[in-house]
Amino acid sequence: MTLTLKEVEHIALLARLELTPEEKERYQQQLSAILDHVAQLQALDTSSIQTTSSVLPPQARLREDEVREGLTTSQALQNAPAAEKDQFRVPPVFD
Amino acid sequence: MTEITAFTVKEALQALETGQVSSLELTKAYLERIQRLEPALHAFITLTPDAALAGAKAADERRAQLKKAGAALPPLLGLPLAVKDVLCVKDVRTTCGSKILENFKPPFNATSVQKLLNAGVVVLGKTNTDEFAMGSSTENSAYGVTHNPWDTERVPGGSSGGSAAAVAACFAPAALGTDTGGSVRQPASFCGVTGIKPTYGRVSRYGLIAYGSSLDSVGVLGRSAEDVETIFRLMAGFDPRDATSLDRPVDEPGCAGAADLKGLRVGVPKEYFIEGIQPEVEARVREAIQVLAAQGAQIVEISLPHTSYALPVYYLIAPAEASANLARYDGVRFGLREENNGVIDMFMKSRGKGFGPEVKRRIMLGTYALSAGYYDAYYGQAQKVRTLIKADFEEAFKSVDVVAAPIAPTTAFKIGGHGDDPLAMYLEDVFTLPANLAGVPGLAFPVGFDAQKLPVGMQLMGRPFEERTLFRAAHVYQQATDFHKQTPAI
Repeated sequence: MTLTLKEVEHIALLARLELTPEEKERYQQQLSAILDHVAQLQALDTSSIQTTSSVLPPQARLREDEVREGLTTSQALQNAPAAEKDQFRVPPVFD
Repeated sequence: MTEITAFTVKEALQALETGQVSSLELTKAYLERIQRLEPALHAFITLTPDAALAGAKAADERRAQLKKAGAALPPLLGLPLAVKDVLCVKDVRTTCGSKILENFKPPFNATSVQKLLNAGVVVLGKTNTDEFAMGSSTENSAYGVTHNPWDTERVPGGSSGGSAAAVAACFAPAALGTDTGGSVRQPASFCGVTGIKPTYGRVSRYGLIAYGSSLDSVGVLGRSAEDVETIFRLMAGFDPRDATSLDRPVDEPGCAGAADLKGLRVGVPKEYFIEGIQPEVEARVREAIQVLAAQGAQIVEISLPHTSYALPVYYLIAPAEASANLARYDGVRFGLREENNGVIDMFMKSRGKGFGPEVKRRIMLGTYALSAGYYDAYYGQAQKVRTLIKADFEEAFKSVDVVAAPIAPTTAFKIGGHGDDPLAMYLEDVFTLPANLAGVPGLAFPVGFDAQKLPVGMQLMGRPFEERTLFRAAHVYQQATDFHKQTPAI
């Protein structure tokens, strides 16, 4: 199957990725080839097959409700691109 | 005497115990060797010589104190170790081979790392990896390619290529790696070392920077099955910080006292010996299976009929999980933030600039597979076929104890050999993906060389939580052969 350039742009927007025109063209080609390859899965009848959401039986468990040490504020902020007054600083979300 | 940098873990621990070497001497020897040979190999993204030397000195002092007091010693006290740069080491730059995390210093240790620090290891540095562990050659690292110590014009495999090269080049006695689709086993094979991909849930994923969360596992690469098992056993076990960690006791070592393989049933799946496999790879693997037979194992031809579907299943599930996991790189709390005109623009630009081509490709693929209208046809169908792949193994393990198979269709290929063809690169993983999709353990070890003296590896896959059986079989094999003792001339 062939993805259109428009579809590639739509996926990039959903994924919040800014792509150059060259990247868009390359991904259009490459993703189309990969989708052709994975299309072979459609040939298998899986109507009676359960999906694998976990390879091993999940073990739901509860833990004690106790106070534990977490990161300090300065640790939580140590990798922040911008921080101010013990908070992450980001561009305005609303005008 | 063997050069101390060529020590196995076992030999290094013995030498430390008897006082033949100190941790400081051993650590200095590795750092000197790295300094001399690293320019030709580039196995590391970040070296931490100061911390390593301080850690080694502290380990020596601690040994003296504990000995004086007659107290028990931590099992790996003073042992140098390399760590793949996707595992968090507190306050040490952890890049995942990506520009987006160029300056990231985690405020905590991964559980696997913490457990080994508790056992006494000294971390030498962080090894190179394909960006976010997405790749099979280490060529996708934003910090340059690692060269294979057996032939520096060739790739070391990937994504744990830095760790495999480091062990092969005697930069460290062992190294941590991770395996989401073959990323421990394939580089182990290309570099002629031994490496374990544990059962899913066996080793905590806490502090392993996520790629495909239902597939990711933390493993070890070393010079022998015995060495790898020693370190694996110290990392394994339940961790409340990983919701998929399983509460199972760590087994007694499989290598200890293993003399032969009487009673072991080894399955040989016909689907792993396909057209296109390098004849020497098939020949070496079949010879190795004969060695197992000579040690008493019973060889059984088996079928894993859905093997060929592992590739399309993996390249839907892993990118889908990656597209969700990598949504966290948004320029807010950590990582790269580009100049921008508002929040959405910040996301788009930071991610567009920070991620490399393969990571973007997989995010795009995964986003598409999960998007409205395509979810059932792609992701849903892949998760169903995954059930069939898992059922293949369950059926096989009714009649055999382990499955023996090649790891990669070829030996190490030339740097740049796959050009810009992602599908050709994905085909490298065709024999390693099934174990990740089924969650079963896999152990890679060297079984000889091709005509160009490039290492060939074989993998044994086992029932969930039966790593012990794999170690036992590989150990018996390594008692009968010496491929694992060969080192490249660099």
